[in-house]
Amino acid sequence: MAVQRINSKEIHPMENLLRMDRMPHIWCPTCGIGIAVTAFTAALEKAKIDPNAACIVSGIGCTGRVAGYVKLDSFHTTHGRPIAFATGIKVANPKMKVVVFSGDGDLMAIGGNHFIHAARRNIDMLVVCVNNFIYAMTGGQVAPTTPLAAYATTSPYGCVEPPFNIPYIADSSGAVYVARYTALHVRRLTNALTEALNKKGFSVVEVISPCGMYYSRINRLGDGLDMMKFYHDNVEIRHGEDTKNLDIGFQTKIICGKFVDRERPSYMERYNQWLSEVKSLKKDPDVSKGA
Amino acid sequence: MSQRERKVNANPKDVLTGVYYIDGDVAAGYGALAAGCKFVAGYPITPSTEAFEAVCHRGPQVGAVFIQMEDELGSISAIMGAAWAGTKTMTITSGPGYSLMQETIGYGAMLEIPFVLLNIQRGGPSTGVPTKTGQADMMQSRWGAHGDYELIAIAPDSPQEMFDYTLKAFNLAEKYRCPVMIMSDECVGHMTEKVVIPEADKIEIEARRMYTGPASDYLPFKPDPDLVPKMAKAGQGLNLYITGLVHDERGFPVKDAEYRSAYVRRLVDKIRLNKDKIIELREEGIEEAEVIVVSYGISSRVAVKGVEIARQKGIRVGTLRLVTVWPFPDERIAELAKRAKAFVVPEINYGQVVFDVARCAHGKANVVLVPHGGAGVHNPADVADAIEFAARQETPIQGVYEFKTRLEKSVFEGGFKLKE
Repeated sequence: MAVQRINSKEIHPMENLLRMDRMPHIWCPTCGIGIAVTAFTAALEKAKIDPNAACIVSGIGCTGRVAGYVKLDSFHTTHGRPIAFATGIKVANPKMKVVVFSGDGDLMAIGGNHFIHAARRNIDMLVVCVNNFIYAMTGGQVAPTTPLAAYATTSPYGCVEPPFNIPYIADSSGAVYVARYTALHVRRLTNALTEALNKKGFSVVEVISPCGMYYSRINRLGDGLDMMKFYHDNVEIRHGEDTKNLDIGFQTKIICGKFVDRERPSYMERYNQWLSEVKSLKKDPDVSKGA
Repeated sequence: MSQRERKVNANPKDVLTGVYYIDGDVAAGYGALAAGCKFVAGYPITPSTEAFEAVCHRGPQVGAVFIQMEDELGSISAIMGAAWAGTKTMTITSGPGYSLMQETIGYGAMLEIPFVLLNIQRGGPSTGVPTKTGQADMMQSRWGAHGDYELIAIAPDSPQEMFDYTLKAFNLAEKYRCPVMIMSDECVGHMTEKVVIPEADKIEIEARRMYTGPASDYLPFKPDPDLVPKMAKAGQGLNLYITGLVHDERGFPVKDAEYRSAYVRRLVDKIRLNKDKIIELREEGIEEAEVIVVSYGISSRVAVKGVEIARQKGIRVGTLRLVTVWPFPDERIAELAKRAKAFVVPEINYGQVVFDVARCAHGKANVVLVPHGGAGVHNPADVADAIEFAARQETPIQGVYEFKTRLEKSVFEGGFKLKE
């Protein structure tokens, strides 16, 4: 069912890249995922990506629903597996532009193994990781990105585990492009996504997003607007910063920017080159041809 | 496209025609390549590694891409993606790897993704006996993932069959758009025999049922009259929406209970209603038989000797080999139960397929299980003794009777007893 427009002449500027028949979407008011999607669709246009040769793969969770609202070939996969699924698409059909759009829980907890290995292989894909510091779809449980001491329903006395620093993991596993912005930095985020879309190899863009319904409410941080104000006052842009220094504490300064932009041969480049150079040494097992 | 037109001959480039002396694992790998499999993802696990190695070694010669993923979850997810990229795909595993893959097998069933999974069964549970045989994944192959679904499982019993039925598995997967399991085992996988790979023009291939109409009319989950929808691929300009949530014909998620039941019903019925076309059985001496040995995979080869011994004693024994184990031949077993005195089921587990035999026998014939704990195959003398026992038994036995084999007797002295 398409949403009823108040003014029928008004057309969403991204209508050609969004599934308008799926609106209204399921995200809560004050959520930042919609902003990330808008930045992404704008980046698709800016990067001049052919929508018929691009696909978007998501896992499970709030951000996992993104694939269902973007008008590309959309794949909503099992929990944690979008990168492995996308690896299959890319390797089987290297002409496709493959984007994985998923959340911190999906990509860094249950799917963490696929993340580091796809980075190591340098599979040519863009991974957009929306980080809202919490498992929101299931009602506010602690995540591998929840800052120390922050509350969640399964860390009712404050989170005791140190969180992952996503850009650092991406960098040390071999990603060729790593950037981080918040949902407030729409212009910078769009530019980063545009750059990453045109980058050959494994690119990671982390999007820090407010979660008004769970993370901010449980931690009494106000509504979405308060979170945006917090980003405004506490984000520092430091391009090229060493990814080791990008830890996020509870309500501490968040360092954003483009941290990694380098060249490495992608998986398929190496694969094809290898096959053309290496000759098989094994004997033919066909006995009819003589052993 | 009609059913007839989708049948094409294999591509000569894909078929490694010749006479080979190879093991079952390798034969299965060559079968997959002959079927036109162009993407294989796997994770090494004994005793299935030879199959993956064969594909990695010979794959590039036929233009097949292989990738060794970081785990089995990754392997099976990657082949799902590759299937939507338009290729025929397979993954290869065993034991614990098979357990890890279950969730995504359910995803494949839900999204009607044609793929083949080669499971070279080993002893379990858990790490079990990695290098030795087992047949204890049979029920997992049917009910392993959550939710209702049906799939096809095949149990080859020789390297030649590993080639033939891997090929057939791909054809079935395309025809019914469902996961197809090759439930082989370590013995067949590591058994080396002569394998003849025919010329490509002797091999019939089921081409993918692709949608070719205008993009605006495409409904990815609108079934054809045989309940199977047409497939598409990423990059075809159709804006596919593929989700593991229950979905309507467009692929969009729905919560409506009526739609859900209709959708899941179709997933189940497309296999159940086409059962007669899918099921393949090998029957021998069944017409006059008083005892029928029902077996599959390696156990069916061991049973041959047991049947021979029993026949020498004058017992009329028939054999029924389940080449396809799932879907199960309910009607055939029920029919035979009216004529025969008993079924004897040797399997390398403590009772899995035997319960389906008992369900279909419905008390009309006795059902005797010849169990085996794994890490080896049955002693044919046990199968012979079980046949003799079943033939002499004049009174009906409630449920499944578990025959005490020599191994069990020597190890357990008649089984464990609970103490008061």
